[in-house]
Amino acid sequence: MAHSDLTKEQGRTLPKLDLKTMGPAIALILLCIIGYSLNPAFLGEGNITNLLTRSAFIGIIAVGATFVITAGGIDLSVGSMAAVLSGVMIMVMNSLIDVLGTGVATVMTGCICSLILGIGAGMVNGLLTTKAKIEAFIVTLGTMGIFRSLVTYFADGGTLSLDFSLRDTYRPVYYESFGGLPIPVWVFLGVSVAGWILLNRTAFGRYCTAIGSNEHVAQYSAIRVERIKTATYVIQGFCVSLATIIYVPRLGSASASTGVLWELEAIAAVIIGGTVLKGGYGRIGGTILGALILTTIGNILNFTDVISNYLNGTMQGLIIIVAVWLQRAGWRGRGKTAD
Amino acid sequence: MPFDGGSPVAVLAADRISKSFGSVPVLFSVGFDILPGEVHALIGENGAGKSTLMKILGGFHQPTSGRIFMDGKEVVLPPNGQAEDLGIVLLHQEFNLAEQMTVEENMFLGREKSSNGFLRRKEMREEVRGHLAEVGLNVSPTARVSDLSVAQKQMLEITRAVSRQARVLIMDEPTAVLTTAETELFFRQVRRLRDNGVAVVFVSHKLGEVKEIADRITVLRDGQWIATRPARDLTLDAMAQLMVGRELSDLYPPIAEADVDAPKILEVRNLTTPRVRDVSFDLRRGEVLGFSGLVGSGRTDVFEAICGLQQVEGGQIRFDGQPVNFRSVAKARDAGIAYLTKDRKGKGLLLEQGMLPNVTLLALPRFVRNFMLDRKAEEEALKRGIRRFDIRARDPNVRVGDMSGGNQQKLLLAKIMEINPKVVIVDEPTRGIDVGTKQQIYHFIAALAAEGMSVVVISSEMPEIIGICHRVFVMREGRIAGSLTGDDINENEIVRYAAGLKEAV
Repeated sequence: MAHSDLTKEQGRTLPKLDLKTMGPAIALILLCIIGYSLNPAFLGEGNITNLLTRSAFIGIIAVGATFVITAGGIDLSVGSMAAVLSGVMIMVMNSLIDVLGTGVATVMTGCICSLILGIGAGMVNGLLTTKAKIEAFIVTLGTMGIFRSLVTYFADGGTLSLDFSLRDTYRPVYYESFGGLPIPVWVFLGVSVAGWILLNRTAFGRYCTAIGSNEHVAQYSAIRVERIKTATYVIQGFCVSLATIIYVPRLGSASASTGVLWELEAIAAVIIGGTVLKGGYGRIGGTILGALILTTIGNILNFTDVISNYLNGTMQGLIIIVAVWLQRAGWRGRGKTAD
Repeated sequence: MPFDGGSPVAVLAADRISKSFGSVPVLFSVGFDILPGEVHALIGENGAGKSTLMKILGGFHQPTSGRIFMDGKEVVLPPNGQAEDLGIVLLHQEFNLAEQMTVEENMFLGREKSSNGFLRRKEMREEVRGHLAEVGLNVSPTARVSDLSVAQKQMLEITRAVSRQARVLIMDEPTAVLTTAETELFFRQVRRLRDNGVAVVFVSHKLGEVKEIADRITVLRDGQWIATRPARDLTLDAMAQLMVGRELSDLYPPIAEADVDAPKILEVRNLTTPRVRDVSFDLRRGEVLGFSGLVGSGRTDVFEAICGLQQVEGGQIRFDGQPVNFRSVAKARDAGIAYLTKDRKGKGLLLEQGMLPNVTLLALPRFVRNFMLDRKAEEEALKRGIRRFDIRARDPNVRVGDMSGGNQQKLLLAKIMEINPKVVIVDEPTRGIDVGTKQQIYHFIAALAAEGMSVVVISSEMPEIIGICHRVFVMREGRIAGSLTGDDINENEIVRYAAGLKEAV
């Protein structure tokens, strides 16, 4: 009967969104073609791995941001959170050398510490938004400032460096490969798959979408709105701490300039990917493409002299504006025929 | 056909208007004209094409074919509400007010009075005060719109249209959110406008009101023009028949005799909340219990409190013999109580989503297998709901917000049935719904009760309370003013309790 194909269609998205869902993928392919035509080395194995590795930080954070934004929230504190987590992690590990030595135990403790703090910070953001009923924008603007100043304070205005004796133990987390792919890429992949399943295949994901669409409806439909919203911020915190764990061995240091503007890159990746900023519709796949697009732009500018590398931000900004403009056009067209 | 397209007296006329959305035709060669100084009612079932016709007359849609005449001259109406400059004002069902701005700012929005770039606030305030007094709307010009009640917002919209010297006023179910008293006040305004020569197009599902206010009535069915007749020539039954195209003698289902010995499923004693005082009642298995009373008398509050949506200050609730205190909707749901809100669009359905996520949302934990949603089971649920409640969607992937009110209400019923409830509370189940769908919903309610479910019907429409309930409680100012059983259930008794002329001891 007609019903079976009816519901299959339903499973994906409403009609008319197809161009929108394909958009980010088309944009990424175009960028790759441009990159290749400017310099064939762009599609070399070394560059592709490099690109994926660099996408991993923003990508992992953006997967968390997808949940927050889909549920109608926003988290501006992720960049500062990454910085303060890096700083605290380095301090903890450095101070544990005397007790636990320079082996895996110390690094593991540092990582666990980062995870606990990340989840805790997300919980604070979430509870302040839901229980204290302060707007998410304000709460996370506040914690953004707090986290940023804390890392400056811990570093005494300078840089916190990981003890050299620990670097050999920790370095592989960023620099080693496994089965041809660097470890950060594996983590990115894992987070993406888990995030996709969570958003698209579980009740939790459906609840996030429902809350973002209309909080009243969610409440009247027996959804524990406060709990689910808080959980999205906790997921965000967890993602930030994962990103931090693979970021710290890259430079082995943290300072006041660590993770600056990451929150904007993460939100940009989410929006470029097609998630609706006011909530109610989220796409993990799009977010991942969004993160790749942002990194690819920077990478192409590095590869050529046509446009100065200093204009990286300009290119990213243009892409964000164009992406949202295209989304708008899509919505408007839909409204016209639907009414 | 009694219609002549180019009639020079008609201030606004539509001649053989057709409209399709994509490949879906909605209007078929419809004719409609509106004379100055008359109230012309447009009636029809949900999905008959009333809204589309109104939007075409207001310039919000362009017809696919056909012509529009204004004062006898063919015109193309400008889109997006610019037809207001021609004196055609369309009042939407949804409020078109800036919530965070004041009454005064809203009245003058877009045509503020200013000199040298500065607002002439004093002058505007005086003018607003005059308009408000004229309409009898008792709010301050400086009040924030978000602080007004629904009825006040509605009156403000109308006041604003009046103040803009509308020549044609098109209103989509303006009385749906008004109480009886407010409706009276509103009609007085409409008559005054009519006497001043304004042409009023009035859409309503309340046929009694249509009969009362309209001079002429046009009936649409399935996008076709059916009839245009003087209101005095049509009885309520005749209107209903023209609308649905069949006899509607069985609007209310036969009521199965109530079993007075059936076990009590819900016992409420001295329930008190911020807006409800000392409410006590019992609900038996298989019973349909009515809750009547004026809007704001606390009916909704009682049941929202029982379902964990509002704070309970005191009293006992026993469910199936056990004392309970549901702190969340989820707890009430797990016990088997479903509350169906009267605010379909604001609290009932996710308008941006399709039918599937909506139908399973309340019962979602039942669709989880190995931590994942069982897509197959969800599809089954949707099929089940469509079959059981006869949901007719143009396109199965339709956005729920684009479905007609009747289909939305049926979808809501399908949604709450997924939890297999023991008690179903329906709040204003037929608000804004055409008579054909109303009839279906009454039969669904009777069928649920016959299956042994207990149903509470909260409604401001007395005929339906009288038509489908075994027992009726009437509330007034947060208390139960009285209860009625069997033959005592009639409009007279209900009104006496609701208005405070009579009080049970």
